[in-house]
Amino acid sequence: MSLVIEQLLNGLTIGSFYALIALGYSMVYGVMKLINFAHGDLFALGSYLGYTLLVMGTAYVTSILGIWGGMIAAMLVAAIGSGVMGLLVERIAYRPIYPTGRLPAVVSALGVSIFLQNAIMVVWGARPQAYTSDVIPSNILTIGGLRINILQIIILFLSFLLMGILYYIIQKTTFGAAIRACALDRETAALMGININLIIFFIFALGPALGGTAGVMVGVYYRRISFIMGWNYGLKAFTATILGGIGNIPGAMIGGLILGVLEMLGSTYISTPYKDVFVFLVLILVLIFRPRGILGEKVAEKV
Amino acid sequence: MNINNKTSQSAGIKITNNWFAILVSLLFLLFPLVIKNNYFIDVAFFFGIYTLLGLSLNIVLGEVGLFDLGHMGFAAIGAYTTAILNTSFGIPIFVLLPISAIAAAIFAYLVTSPIIHLRGDYLCIVTIGMGEIVRLTLINNPFGITGGPNGVFGIDFPSIGNLLIIDNSVKFYYFIWVAVGLTVLALIHLQDSRIGRAWNCIREDIIAAEASGIDVRYYKLLAFVLGAALAGVAGSIYASKLMIVSPESFSFMESCMLFCIVLIGGMGSIPGIFIGAAAISLFPEIFQTFAQYRMLIFGAALVLMMMFRPGGVWPRKRGKLSTESMLIKAGKSEI
Repeated sequence: MSLVIEQLLNGLTIGSFYALIALGYSMVYGVMKLINFAHGDLFALGSYLGYTLLVMGTAYVTSILGIWGGMIAAMLVAAIGSGVMGLLVERIAYRPIYPTGRLPAVVSALGVSIFLQNAIMVVWGARPQAYTSDVIPSNILTIGGLRINILQIIILFLSFLLMGILYYIIQKTTFGAAIRACALDRETAALMGININLIIFFIFALGPALGGTAGVMVGVYYRRISFIMGWNYGLKAFTATILGGIGNIPGAMIGGLILGVLEMLGSTYISTPYKDVFVFLVLILVLIFRPRGILGEKVAEKV
Repeated sequence: MNINNKTSQSAGIKITNNWFAILVSLLFLLFPLVIKNNYFIDVAFFFGIYTLLGLSLNIVLGEVGLFDLGHMGFAAIGAYTTAILNTSFGIPIFVLLPISAIAAAIFAYLVTSPIIHLRGDYLCIVTIGMGEIVRLTLINNPFGITGGPNGVFGIDFPSIGNLLIIDNSVKFYYFIWVAVGLTVLALIHLQDSRIGRAWNCIREDIIAAEASGIDVRYYKLLAFVLGAALAGVAGSIYASKLMIVSPESFSFMESCMLFCIVLIGGMGSIPGIFIGAAAISLFPEIFQTFAQYRMLIFGAALVLMMMFRPGGVWPRKRGKLSTESMLIKAGKSEI
């Protein structure tokens, strides 16, 4: 029984990483109808920025702010860094290409992804880097035979907090309503006096910022980061986006959590080497039987 | 409607096109005779492999407009069919070439028929999933036949008895480029045929295609099956050249590269595929002096490319049956 709870907790933790990254995909797709392939690499960039602040500064930040404060500071720096980079990417690589169609934009996104991935490799080196243990809080709590890492609880708390804030902004505020209107129909939204450029600015700053935060979380949780991790996490997070219903904010959160739990249960009860096969199989089955995803709304076909 | 009925106006264009094609073919034919360096001939071989793979994806993505980001999965099926049957049963490569094509085609039929109704990005993500499932399964060594992450090695050279043994760079060069040449001839005829026009119609407007009585499901499946068969052939040749196949050769990244080949060249344009494949395969070689910066430059080049030529370097010219030319004719008759 304790194994089930532990695995469920592990699954939720991984799922919350996926969910945070998936939010970026979903927001950008919702408004721009563009699969932002560079998003996974913005997440990796965030992870490396956090690494730079925490580890390369020989734990200087940690000694000032304390072990928890250092972690939060790293998340903030990663969020700001990834957010600014997200805006730059949009301005340089996407904005001039939107009017020419969707496929050129996809190739441009792939180009940015390759560029960022290799930029990270050039700056930080090709070998995987590690968040050293002196900057990572790790207190194991034992409750009735359950071994729970406090770090895991904090990560879960922070990611749920972030998701909650975003959910509130998108679903309850006027600005959120404007974003949802853009996702439904950009032209009509513009005619209603919604400032499209502001919305695009917002989603391209906030999506990567959430991704960057998740990057630091992955760093402190797994300790090992590499420049190609953007592809792996990006692919999984995008799968989560589709699973929940693309362009749908609560869908991305739920999709990510479900994916994480499925992955953990799959690796525990089916087979560890086949856990990713299991994840993609579930994705394909969902798409066959419910193409709009778990929470996606049925879209009428435009003729 | 008789599609062979060519007007005199288009016949003129046809001849110049033929001259150009003959010139290019001669260039490819003479290349190993002039360049004696095996390294450059090997580079040209991989250029050929990418061209063949690009042509195969072009059927799915370029002609029909189906987003396929898992195309390397089909090539993997072809390569592993060749590798496993050759190393375990000693079946010659030339026999395995069609078998690999058929295996990839059957696989494509089985996996794409339940998902063929999906549109645009949904199809894209399912094909990504499919490609990843193939790669991950190969890594996991099912039934102990794929050799796990190390792959299968010790594949024979292609040979017909002692008459013809393809065992060096030059022979492999001709092997792949003859395959590319035959494929191009077949695809040019396919483009002008009833099938090619049905495909383009689906790409331009799927609802209009359905309304005009085109069996959309059938033609989409046909594109996937043909594209996969061609990718299977490319995978098979690749396996016999390297004598080893491993799962990492068929990663998501490679599928993305194929996607880029088609988009760099221009959707549905056969000469464009050559340019795209050249860009993908020769770029890292040309920029080798930049070592670790070369992929950085490549990523930036992709973005710039889409900025300045979003339609590709050599976009497909629309045929004489297109609405554009009809409109021009109509306009002229009014004057």
